[in-house]
Amino acid sequence: MEAAAAQATASGWRANLATIAAMTARAKNELLRVPGAAIPGVLAPTIFFLGLNGVFGALIDLRGFDTSSYESFIVPVSMLQGAGFTGAAAGVNLARDYEQGWVDRLLVSPAPRWVLLAGNVLAASARSLVPATFVLAIGFAIGVQWPGLDGLLVCYLMVAAMAAVAACWGSMLALHYKSQSAAPLMQAGMMALVLLTPAYAPLELLQPWLEAVARINPVTHVVEAARQGFVGDVTWAGTWPGIVALVGLLVVLGSLALREMRRTNV
Amino acid sequence: MSGLGTNARVVRALGARSIRQTFRRPQLISPIIVFPTLLLAIQTGGAGAGINLPGFPPVQSFLQFMLAGSMMQSMMLAGNSGGIAFAVDIEMGFTDRLFASPIPRFAIVLGRLAGTAALGLFASVWFLAIGLIFGAHIEGGIPGALLATFLITASSLAVGGIGAAIALRSGSASVVQGLFPLVLVVLFLSSAFFPQELMIEPAKTIAEYNPFSFIVEGVREPIVSGIDAKQTLEAVAAIVGIILLGLALSASALRHRLRVG
Repeated sequence: MEAAAAQATASGWRANLATIAAMTARAKNELLRVPGAAIPGVLAPTIFFLGLNGVFGALIDLRGFDTSSYESFIVPVSMLQGAGFTGAAAGVNLARDYEQGWVDRLLVSPAPRWVLLAGNVLAASARSLVPATFVLAIGFAIGVQWPGLDGLLVCYLMVAAMAAVAACWGSMLALHYKSQSAAPLMQAGMMALVLLTPAYAPLELLQPWLEAVARINPVTHVVEAARQGFVGDVTWAGTWPGIVALVGLLVVLGSLALREMRRTNV
Repeated sequence: MSGLGTNARVVRALGARSIRQTFRRPQLISPIIVFPTLLLAIQTGGAGAGINLPGFPPVQSFLQFMLAGSMMQSMMLAGNSGGIAFAVDIEMGFTDRLFASPIPRFAIVLGRLAGTAALGLFASVWFLAIGLIFGAHIEGGIPGALLATFLITASSLAVGGIGAAIALRSGSASVVQGLFPLVLVVLFLSSAFFPQELMIEPAKTIAEYNPFSFIVEGVREPIVSGIDAKQTLEAVAAIVGIILLGLALSASALRHRLRVG
């Protein structure tokens, strides 16, 4: 009896994993079949990276700026921004799928709701590596310092997890409003979350109001963890707060997105 | 005279429609108001210490300096949003119905541009109000504020002309929407967000010749120090140049649209 129950559980997990893999593959196919759709997500963070570097590069001359390369300072922010845009795009795509009736078909399938959400979120996480790698390649071309293998791994971990956070946020809004009209809210929310941090300058050089906001914004830890290899050494003390912040955001936003998915009726 | 009055009524009606359309669709209004306001807050808070850099022009605050850049950003995105909405009208066949009606074709384009200009006016008033609420001084006083508002409104007409031309030529909203990153490039390669002398090469050199730098300096001067005839004239010349370019492109695109249907 117990063996039969264990077999059923294993089979259920296999089915769930297969569903997640299928949904991730669908997102990958979309990327391959409509490569143009990925261009804005790649272009926007790249333009921001090059633009901010050209415009605010002189800020490193300020007393208290502890790096000599603004491009190295700003590149992880642009990679995280790309992750935010990619995650928000996952929300927009979900809203489009809802408008076209695709979500209804998924909801009548025997797949659990969390599996459907996980497929969308993991696909966004994987897709976020495309803009991140593009921005980083441009960064290396214009003189971004090599962050070391550990720095690179930590940065990519932060980027992938940040995209998952953004996808949970986007999915929650998509399922709540059930319309692509909510797209600006998805994008603006992520933009604010990533940029209301020491994105442009160290905490001590921010205006007092932004410093106060950045100190309570959990994404500040994510930005600092992703940045550490580019501006100094990678340490566990600089990494774990970022991981904790991302896990916390994933739990909160993932739960909210799942709640919206459970509330969605066919 | 009656013909002129009719055309004015058509332009007014289409302009009012385009404004209503923008305020009804979050996708159109957010780039004009939400994103530039968010960026103004973030850049002011994040890069505000930049006014302590040697060579930064004397300003009361970084917010005061940034107001012109935010107005420019909003105005350019209003032009882009106007182009997207125009292309949606073309895709949905609304423009074809207008072409078939007994009104001059130029009034159709002018109606859209009137709406874009009104959004530019709204954006300039919005950012001046935000500046005043958060403590920025308008050194040029009421005449300075009016001049900045006029220059932004005229610029949105100019940029809207280019957006309308691309909408008419392509007839595709996604093509016009694809220009959004270009707007950011043009802005970053101008002195919209930082003094040109303190920018990093090659952005510094490009910003020196970018016509949008002349416009932004013309808008900024009445805010940070007072009205300056030379900078105002340079801004007006840049705006006139872009208007002429927009008119030429729009006329050519309109002919193309009428030919291909």
